[in-house]
Amino acid sequence: MSSQAKPQICIATVIGKDRVGIIARLAVTFAKSNVNILDVDQRVMEDTFVMTMAVDISKANVPISTLKRRLDRVARSMGLQITLHDERIFEAMHRI
Amino acid sequence: MRISLEEVYETVRMTLDHHFDIRTVTLGINLKDCMDRNLSRFCSRISERIIQYGTRLNQAADKVEQKYGIPITNRRISVTPVAILLEPLRHDIATAVRIAKTLDDAARRSRVDFIGGFGALVQKGTTRADELLMDAIPQALAYTQRVCGFLNLASSQAGMNMDAVVRYGHILKDLAFRSKTGIGCAKIAVFANAPEDNPFMAGAHHGVGEPDFSLNVGISGPGVVRNIVAQNPDCDLTQLSEVIKRTVFKITRAGELIGREMASMMGVPFGIVDISLAPTTAAGDSVAQIIEAMGVKAMGVPGTTAALALLIDAVKKGGAMASGNVGGLSGCFIPVSEDSGMIKAVQTGSLGLEKLEALTSICSVGLDMFAVPGDTAPEVISAIIADELSIGVINQKTTGVRIIPAPGKKAGDIIHFGGLLGSAPVMKVANIPSPGLLRRGGRIPAPVQSLRN
Repeated sequence: MSSQAKPQICIATVIGKDRVGIIARLAVTFAKSNVNILDVDQRVMEDTFVMTMAVDISKANVPISTLKRRLDRVARSMGLQITLHDERIFEAMHRI
Repeated sequence: MRISLEEVYETVRMTLDHHFDIRTVTLGINLKDCMDRNLSRFCSRISERIIQYGTRLNQAADKVEQKYGIPITNRRISVTPVAILLEPLRHDIATAVRIAKTLDDAARRSRVDFIGGFGALVQKGTTRADELLMDAIPQALAYTQRVCGFLNLASSQAGMNMDAVVRYGHILKDLAFRSKTGIGCAKIAVFANAPEDNPFMAGAHHGVGEPDFSLNVGISGPGVVRNIVAQNPDCDLTQLSEVIKRTVFKITRAGELIGREMASMMGVPFGIVDISLAPTTAAGDSVAQIIEAMGVKAMGVPGTTAALALLIDAVKKGGAMASGNVGGLSGCFIPVSEDSGMIKAVQTGSLGLEKLEALTSICSVGLDMFAVPGDTAPEVISAIIADELSIGVINQKTTGVRIIPAPGKKAGDIIHFGGLLGSAPVMKVANIPSPGLLRRGGRIPAPVQSLRN
C-alpha cells in the first residue's frame, strides 16, 4: 500500500455455480470503482462454489452502497450471490 | 493471519440463510434535564432531543449496516421512565396522554420503530404521578403507534406491589378493548426486576442509573443456533453445549463491534450487548425449533425445560466470553405469537400455559406475547401476573408478562397482529378469579436473601 490513506479491507464473497468469467467481471467492476484486489481464494464447499476476494476500498471513487449495487448487478446477471463485508466483522467473530 | 475462506463462508451463510441480524440498536436517552412545570416547554424540549438523536441513530445504523453487511432490523429509543418526568406537571390524564403523543410524533419524525419508557417503577409503592401514568396507559397506548410502556411491579429487594398488580388487571382490559384485536397490549410489559438497559421492546426504558445516553444492542440468532444444533445430531449434550457456546460467542462479538462503532460514530457511550435469542415468525428463526432440533419431540412436552436450561446456559457462557458488556435481559425469548414453533406447539396442544410458566423459571423473559380469551376476568389477569412475577422475585431474576386478552375471542381462536408481533393462538386459562387473595392488597414482602439451601 503506497498511499497515506489507511487501507479499508473488505471481503467480497461469491457463492453459486462456477462458470467462465466470474473473476473477470468482478475485476472490471472493482477496477471501475478504483478498488484494489489484494487476494483471491476459491473452493467448492458443500457442493457450492465459494470464492472470496480481499479488496481495499480506501481509495474507491464511489460510496460502499454504490459498490454493492454494482456487485448486485453482476450477481443477478451471472446467477450468483455476492456479498461485501468489512474484514473486521470476520476478525471480531472468528479471532479471540 | 488473514481470515480463512471457511470462516468467511460461515459468517456469510449466517446472514444469507439463517436470519442472523442485529435485532435492534436502542439508544437510551436521559430526559430528566428537560423536566419543567410548563407542559408545552417540556414537550418541545423532549421532542427536539428525540428527533435530533433519533435521526443520528438512523444515519449511523445505515452506515454501519452497509459497512459490515449485517442487517440492523430495528432502530429504537428508550427514555427515562415517564412517570418521573410527570412529577412536576399538572396531574391529569390529558397531560400524560399528550406526552405519549409527543413521544410518538418524535419517533415517527425521526423514523424510529418504537420508543420505550412510558412507564413507572412502582415495585414498593406509587406516587401520585405513578398512579396518573398507570391510569393514562389505555389512552396513551391505544391512540399512539410507536410508544411502548412498562411497569416494574416487583423486585427481589422490595417484594411485590399487589395493589398495583390488581389495578393493572383492569387497566389492561381497558387497553385491550380500546385497540383493534387487543394489539395495544402487545406494547406494554410488566416486570419483576426490570433491567435498566434492556434494548428490547416493549419493556425498554432508560434507567435512572444510566448516563445521559447509552447505545444498547440486541443481537439475535435463533436461526443460526438452530442450524448448528441440527448439524450436530449425534453429539452428546456436553458437546452440544460447547457447539452452542462457540456460535453465540461469534454473534455476540459481531453485535459488540457494531454497537461500539455506532456509539463512536454518534459520540455517545456504548452500553451493553443483550445476547437474548429473539425469534421471529420467519421460517427457521424459532427458539422452539432449536429445542426440537436438540431432540425434544415437540416444544412443551416433558424434556423441554431441561433442553431450554442447557440452551440458555450455553448462550450465557458464550456471550459472557465474547463481551464484558453483556446486559439487558440476556436469555432466551419464548414469546408465543412471535415464534412459528411456539404457535404450532400451542395449536397442537403440546404447550399449555402451565408449562409455559414453568419454562419461564429458567429463561429470562417470562410469559410473553400470549393471548387469552377476551372474557378473562381482570382479577385472573392480575393473578397470572402475580404468579409469574413471583418466579422472578424469589429467584433474583427478571420475569415479565405481556398478555393479550383478545376481545371477542375464545380459546382455540387465533389473532393476527402482523409484522414482528406475529399471530397468537388464544390459550386456555382457568377463568376463576381469586378475589379473596387480591382484595387483601398490600405488598408481598421481599424474600429472604440468605438460607438459600
